Amino acid sequence: MTARVQAEDFDLAAEISGFGKDAGAIVTFTGIVRNLPDGSLREMVIEHYPAMTSPALQGIEAEARQRWALSDCAIIHRFGALAPGAQIMMVATASAHRSDAFEAAEFLMDYLKSRAPFWKKEITVAGETWVDSKETDEAALTRWD
Amino acid sequence: MIDVLYFAWVRERIGLPKEQIETSAATVADLIEELRLREDRYALAFSDLKSIRVAVDQTLVDFDTPIGSAREIAFFPPMTGG
Repeated sequence: MTARVQAEDFDLAAEISGFGKDAGAIVTFTGIVRNLPDGSLREMVIEHYPAMTSPALQGIEAEARQRWALSDCAIIHRFGALAPGAQIMMVATASAHRSDAFEAAEFLMDYLKSRAPFWKKEITVAGETWVDSKETDEAALTRWD
Repeated sequence: MIDVLYFAWVRERIGLPKEQIETSAATVADLIEELRLREDRYALAFSDLKSIRVAVDQTLVDFDTPIGSAREIAFFPPMTGG
């Protein structure tokens, strides 16, 4: 089990080495800094609320473990200035069967988007813009009610 | 005294990441009203509460939450993690 926030990059293969060794399925998701359609993104800066981030990630992980039979679970989210193509975050879930692993991974992603205290800012040659939250992200949470 | 923290564009509009405030506000909504009346930059930051989220002692709450003996209140835009 891991739920952590860090500036450094991560190695997905190393993170899931030995992960879920008694499981039948492992699902992983990696979020990447996407460039803008015109290729103008210089970097994405991710701000977070340090005193709240770790408890929020741990809370989200605990909730997933209550709802699904997970033999292992990992959440890593980065902060700071990230270049286009850089890894932002990952979730990994392990369970006996793939449906639990897939559903739990989707749940973790939906909650990380709207309930973990991170904010993204896009830096281009033209200036800086805070990324707006999407109503669809908030709506995505209702399916887990 | 209570620590008030600001993040993302709320921090930029107000112009500082953190301050200590002496307040008699009963709820988060009362505190926002107090801040709004202080200066234009606060009024601007809190002009649209639909785009403001609040955490009391690191837990997300609604605006009508009592402040009580809270030590830290943070204001920020809707989160954009993931």
